[in-house]
This record gives sequence, C-alpha cells and structure tokens, in this order.
Amino acid sequence: MLQVSEISPKVIEKDLIYKEMGLTDAEYQHIKKVLNRRPNFTETGIFSVMWSEHCSYKTSKPLLKKFPTKAPHVLQGPGEGAGIIDIGDGQAAVFKIESHNHPSAVEPYQGAATGVGGIIRDVFSMGARPVALLNSLRFGSLASERVKYLFEEVVNGIAGYGNCVGVPTVGGEVQFDNCYEGNPLVNAMCVGLIDQKDIQKGIAAGNGNTVLYAGAPTGRDGIHGATFASEDLSEESESKRPSVQVGDPFMEKLLIEACLEAIHCESLVGMQDMGAAGLTSSASEMASKAGMGMEMDLDLVPQRELEMTPYELMLSESQERMLMVVKKGEEQEIIDVFQKYGLEAVAVGRVTDDKQFRLLHKGEVVTDIPVDSLAEDAPVYHKPSEEPAYFKAYQQVDYYPDGVHNYTETLKTLLQQPTIANKEWVYDQYDSMVQTNTVVMPGSDAAVIRVKGTDKALAITTDCNSRYIYLDPETGGKIAVAEAARNIVCSGGKPLALTDGLNFGNPDKPENFWQMEKSVDGMSAASLALNTPVISGNVSLYNETNGQAIFPTPVVGMVGLLDSLNHVTPSFFQKAGDAIYVIGEAKAEFGGSELQNVLENKYFGKAPAIDLELEMKRQTQLLEAIQDGTVVSAHDLAEGGLAVALAESCFAGQAGLDVSLEGDAVTELFSETQSRFLVSVSQENQRAFEQIVEDAIQIGVVTDDGQYRIRINGETRINQAAEDLKALWKGAIPCLLKSKA
Amino acid sequence: MKFAVIVFPGSNCDRDMYHAVKDSLGEEAELVWYENADLSGFDAILLPGGFSYGDYLRSGAIAATSTIVNQIKQKASEGTPVLGVCNGFQVLLESGLLPGAMLRNKKLKFMCRQEELVVENNQTQFTTSYGEKEAIILPIAHGEGNYYCDEGVLADLEANRQIVFRYADNPNGSVGDIAGIINKQGNVLGMMPHPERATEAVLGSADGLKLFESVVNHWREAYVAGV
Repeated sequence: MLQVSEISPKVIEKDLIYKEMGLTDAEYQHIKKVLNRRPNFTETGIFSVMWSEHCSYKTSKPLLKKFPTKAPHVLQGPGEGAGIIDIGDGQAAVFKIESHNHPSAVEPYQGAATGVGGIIRDVFSMGARPVALLNSLRFGSLASERVKYLFEEVVNGIAGYGNCVGVPTVGGEVQFDNCYEGNPLVNAMCVGLIDQKDIQKGIAAGNGNTVLYAGAPTGRDGIHGATFASEDLSEESESKRPSVQVGDPFMEKLLIEACLEAIHCESLVGMQDMGAAGLTSSASEMASKAGMGMEMDLDLVPQRELEMTPYELMLSESQERMLMVVKKGEEQEIIDVFQKYGLEAVAVGRVTDDKQFRLLHKGEVVTDIPVDSLAEDAPVYHKPSEEPAYFKAYQQVDYYPDGVHNYTETLKTLLQQPTIANKEWVYDQYDSMVQTNTVVMPGSDAAVIRVKGTDKALAITTDCNSRYIYLDPETGGKIAVAEAARNIVCSGGKPLALTDGLNFGNPDKPENFWQMEKSVDGMSAASLALNTPVISGNVSLYNETNGQAIFPTPVVGMVGLLDSLNHVTPSFFQKAGDAIYVIGEAKAEFGGSELQNVLENKYFGKAPAIDLELEMKRQTQLLEAIQDGTVVSAHDLAEGGLAVALAESCFAGQAGLDVSLEGDAVTELFSETQSRFLVSVSQENQRAFEQIVEDAIQIGVVTDDGQYRIRINGETRINQAAEDLKALWKGAIPCLLKSKA
Repeated sequence: MKFAVIVFPGSNCDRDMYHAVKDSLGEEAELVWYENADLSGFDAILLPGGFSYGDYLRSGAIAATSTIVNQIKQKASEGTPVLGVCNGFQVLLESGLLPGAMLRNKKLKFMCRQEELVVENNQTQFTTSYGEKEAIILPIAHGEGNYYCDEGVLADLEANRQIVFRYADNPNGSVGDIAGIINKQGNVLGMMPHPERATEAVLGSADGLKLFESVVNHWREAYVAGV
C-alpha cells in the first residue's frame, strides 16, 4: 500500500515511488520537463491517474482514430461523457458503454453496481434522462464455485443499483468461456433521451466562473481505481479491494433529478461527472476542453472522513459526485435546486485564464500543473504489434465436427450450454419495465423502448462473439458489429450508431496489441459498411489473470430507430400456418462455434467468413420487408446455428414447427455461417416477402402441435416436443448454479 | 377528477403513475413533492413505487414518518381514495393505514415479471370495472413483496373481504397469496403489482386501466352525478 503521508519530491524520484503509482521512468522524466521541477506527491498521483490507460487512452488512441465517427445523424461523437445521435423531432438519443471489470473481479457486487452508477452519470451529465440500461457480461465456467459467486453477485449488484435508481435494465448478454475465469467482464451501457436544445457539455468556460461540487462527500474509497484498472489482475489484486468504490443508488437517484432540473437554469455553464480519477479528471478535463485553467481550494471540498490529504481528495473515486461550472454570482440558483433534493452543492473554486491546474490546501499551493499536460497532451504510445503464431496455424485448419452421432442429443446439449441457455434467472432480477416504455422485454434479439409522445421507438442491443475474434480478430470484429446490427434489424429498427466497449489483455505484449489492432480494423470496416459510426466507448486493457489474457472482447452496443411502433417485430413464431424462411445458405463453418466448444472443449480453426456487402443487402431487404408489414417474426442465427434458432423461436408460446432441409445435416443444423436470419411470414404475405428478400428460402411451416420436427434429405432427424426442449433450455442455468463442484 | 402523485426522495414510479392517469386515463394529475405540500385540492392520492429513501431502515419506513403522511391520513379519514403501489403499499403498511408487514421475497431475490392475479373483490371503489374473480395480468417488480400478517389479521381480512387481489401462482411467499388489500372503510388500497405499468396494450397488458377507471366512475357517481 502507498503511504498517505507526504513523501518528498526527492524521495519520489530516488525511491521510484512514481512506479508504484503506475508511471514509467520516461513518463516521470517527461513530467519533470513539463513542470521544470520534480513533482510533489499529490502532483505525481494526479499525473499517474490522468496518464493511466483508463483516462488517457495512451495505448489505444492511435487505434481509436481509425473508427468512423461521423455521419449526418451524429450530433456528438467520442470525447464527451457520451455520444449523441439525432432521432428526429428535435430529440436525440445519448449513449455509452463502460467497463468495470477489475473492480468486479475483486468485489463483484460493488464493482458491478458502481459500473452501472458510473455509466448512468455519463448520460445524465449530458443533460439526458437515462431511459435504458444493458449489460454485457462474461464469466468463466459455471462449474467453478468462484465463478458462481462472481456471476450471482455481479447480477445482484446490477439489480441492486439499477432497480433503485429507476432506470430499466432492458437487455444485454451473458456468455461463459474459460478465459474469463479470473477476469470477468462487466460492461454496462446506458441510453438516455434528450431534447436537442438541452444538450450539456463538460466545459469550464468563462474566466472567473464558479466551480461547484455537488452530490456525495468525498471519502477514501476508490483511491487509484483508474490505475488499478490499468494493470493485470494477480493474486495481489485481492489487496486492492480498497480501490473498489461503494455505490449509493439512492444518492444517484437524487443526483439525477437535481441535475436534470439544473440544466434548465440559465446559470449553468458546464457539467461533468466525477468518474475514473474523480475530481482530478473531471476538473482538469473540463478546463482543458474549454481552453481555460482552474483553481480549487480543497479545504472546501465536502469530506466524509477526517484529515484527508490533497492526494486522497484528488484521487478518491467516491461515487455519486458531479462537478459544475456556474456563472459567477448566480450560484444560489443551482445550490437551491440541489438543496431541494437534500444534496450539497458547494463552491470549491473558479475558472482561470492561465491554463494552469492549481490546487490549494490549508493555504498552500499543493498542485500547479499546466492543465493541457494532463488531458490533451498526455503521452501516446505506438506499441509494437505482432501476428501470433496461433493465428497462422489456425488459418491452415479446416475444422469439421465428426463427433455428431445423434442430432437430437446434440441439439439438447447445445440448448443447455450456459451461453445459449435461457437467461431468465438473470433478467428476472432486473426491473425491466419501470418508466413504462419497454415494448420488447429482455430475452429478445434487441430490446425495444418507445419514445413517449411519438410513434417512434429505440431498439438497443449489445453483442460480441469473442471466440471468433480470438480466432481471427479482423473477421470477428466485423461480425461483432454486423451481429449487433442484425439484432436491431430483426426487431424492426434501422441501425444508427454504436458504442464500443473494448476489452483486451495486456497491450505491452505484441500479440495482444495485434489482436486489438485487427479487431478495431474489422469493426471500423463494418461500421463504415453498415453506416453505424462509433460515437462513444471505453477501453479496458490488462484483462489478464496471472499472465493469461482473456479472448479479445470488443463489445458492441448499438442503437437503432423504429419509425413506427407498427414495425416492432418479435423474435418468436406467433401463429400456426405461417411459413418459415431462412435467409442465407449454410456453409461448413464451425471454427469458434458452440458445437466446437461442446465437442472439443476448445476453439480453433477459422472464424466464419463475412461479406459486408452481402450483410448490408440482406439487412436492408429484411428491414424493408418488416416495414412493409410482411414479416411476423425475425431472429438472427447465432451460436448453435439454425437448429438452436428454430428452437428459440418456438419457446415463447405453444408453437411447433415442421421443417425440411437439404444437404449435409451437421452443417444445415449447427453451422454458424454469418449473415443469416430466421423469419416467419403469414401465408398471404409470402409473395410480397419473397419479392423483397432475395436470399430467402422457405424451409417449413409453424405448426400448432407443439412438436419440433426436422427432416433432412427426406428423413426425420429430430422429432421432439418443443416443451421438453424448452425445459432443458430454461433449466440449465438455475441447475448449474445449484450443483456443487 | 384530480389525482395527486406523491413524490418522495427515491420514488421512481411517480412519472409512470402520472403518465397513466394523465395520458391513458385522461384525468388531471399532478406530481406533488413530499415537502410543504397541500393536498386539499385533490380528489385522490396515489403513492407510487420506487425506493423511497433508498429502502434504508425498511422499505417505506422513513417515508412513513414524513409530515405529508399526516395529511394523507386526514384525507383518508375523510373518505378520499388512496392507492399505494409497491413501495407505496409499503408506506401504507409502515404508516399503519393498512395492517401487516412486508418480508423479503421467499427466494430472497428481486423479481420483475408479468403475473396473473385474481380480482377477489370487485365491489370496492377501485375494482368495480372488473368482473367477479376476473383473471388479470399485471407486472410485479419488487424485492420485498412477501406480505405477512398474523392469523387473526388474516381472518379479519378474509371476513371483511379486504383481500382485493390474489396471485394465481404466488411468486413471493405472501400469506394467503395476497397481492393487494383494502382498509375496512374501503378507500385505502395497497398492492404490490403495478396497475400503472399496464394501461396500454403496447406494454403487454392494459388490465390496470380498469382500476383507475373504477376510481373515476365511483367518484363521478358519488360527487358529480349527485350534485
């Protein structure tokens, strides 16, 4: 542990204290040059958090520049608390995804809870009312007791926070693979709605304006959280539990209401939440973005513990705090708003025009740093990248699963894989309906929330199949974006933009950096091809346990727009007699498939191929067919292939199906070939549908006898009561949680 | 008819209740902040769901001590209809307007889903638009909805027909499958399921609308038609 007593600048240099804080020798030397002297203890701490990967993106910046970020409908791209897109009628959707992986690995309840709290603040600090939450979660195998504990507590933490603040958790995904055993991923996405005229920015403009601190007082929790998030997890990580913050959703709820009232005050100039690196990052970023400086008197900062040092005050990541800049002399208007909600809002400093970040404590200047050196001028690294040997080897492997002997048993096994199995155990614990906008509940391809007062709705999803990305980062990166867009289209929406939650291993290893580079290339190509620019995001590196990296997991959170509630399309079959179509043909593509996982217990070979032009064509045609009212249900083909998608489509009601396929049975049933959809169409609309969607082939009909029946080349291969399949699919996760290792 | 939707710090279904009354039902509604409020101009009082005071101490316990509850008690004693939903029900229990208490759900987890209810008493001013023993679908969303009372109180509730809604398939362990109860005078209803979340078919159920319609019909008959 770091000592809190002041260590002298000389000792910091001589004993390499800066290294303990996460700075390199070169970075320390650079700081000395910037300041023209040795930094003191507080300043060293401030530099170390601001130059951590979490705040500075110093490693990922050169890659992030590759993302397409602009389009006519993008109102705010990366760089603010959250991105903003135009949804018409003077309204906008505000959204962002953020990771809370490291805290969740050591303290899963609070780690997940504060992840939710943080992303909500990013959205309402833009002035938007948070209207939906999603979570993208990854865990190791549920056979492990530790993983069960992490899984249960992460879900509990998300529920505990999200339910209380009154923002519905409407969707997301949970996947399980051994690589996440010691390093689970907890990515939370929040979507907000705003009238465009109310959009706020986190800027500290106007020389002499007042800096207001609002919300919870500062404690000693979460000190150095940003640095902790920027290093590998190890056995010592347990001792970093004090780096994990503690959340208070009640306080957050009050803060939401107060801030959303405050944005209507004339006196408010700018607002930003105190997230990673707390007061340090919010204050210095607001000043730097405005081209100004800032001076704060730390004695004025509300504190909940005694004798806090400047270092602790500046690096604390206590939750539920906001920083605002308010016109000088008009502070009372804002203070009154916060007082109504029982919250403190206190003047702690002022905006200056000297571009210095200056802090006073007990009458002494304890920090005096050129503010741009913390934010805009933070170092940027171009890390070496090297294609890993495994990739070359896998490209030579044509994997075909020989081990399938009984199609029914294989289907049953697949339906019980936790990645595929029903997630009701998870989302039943989330309030998915509060705010009364949720039109499509969790468990569908994408969640749909209506926009009150209009006929519009937003479709929202998170997706990332990291197995493909591990096998082939560029192809897998394309697939992640395409799959998210597919889910939006299936629910009836037009994909508009995405937020990326980039989770990778240690970037200092050239193989890991290569994975990052290639997956960003793939995602960029797909977001360009599908016209879904990247408008916000988050980077989480060093996701390793004892030297073993996770699969590269760049989660895609995507938002689409439905012009009319009439376009809302379920992913389940609705009526007997409807024709079942599949769009796109199956090829023998099994690298990274769920079937490979079941049979081989590992992933190897090639990821499924993807043709972005074909993807765009099919998505456009399917959306047109939906908008024309010719589609009853639509579901994308994903893990487990057609056999699993057909089963899932039966599980909402009493439907059965009668399907005939031609070709290689294993490929037809379980291949994970991309850009494919499963659609049901009523008889009277079949012709119209076929005219719009070129690659659609009718494979069967929905029946009312509740039987799941598949013939291949004329022979009945699977004939099961859908109810029995559903019971296996539904019971798998509760059953795994109950079983003892 | 004018409805007051009481907003405590931490209420989070207040705007939903407001929307249901104003937009689905088409009646007047106002969000009333718990401090310095004047309830004299209102014809009905709605206590919304949420986590008043963060559920600290016990759900509804802190809100039940706020001064506005005295006004609500006064209005209730004068016959004004009072509806408490979810956390609002918990506030009614904690303030003694209704008997019994809430425990954590039997499975100790928060649960959110559509639930089938049976209208046990369609003769109250909140339920006249429902049929006798009508099966309806309303959402639940709670961690502490396991209603408890002792046998004596339960016998009273049964004898006086104070049990208004029961769960068809008890999700949380409530005594007697109780989902909602009314006071003896018949003007204070507390229920865990959310009728305000079920006033539009697009949200999956409109079965909650009849509850609000019943209140309006009763009020019109009593106060408007009679004038």
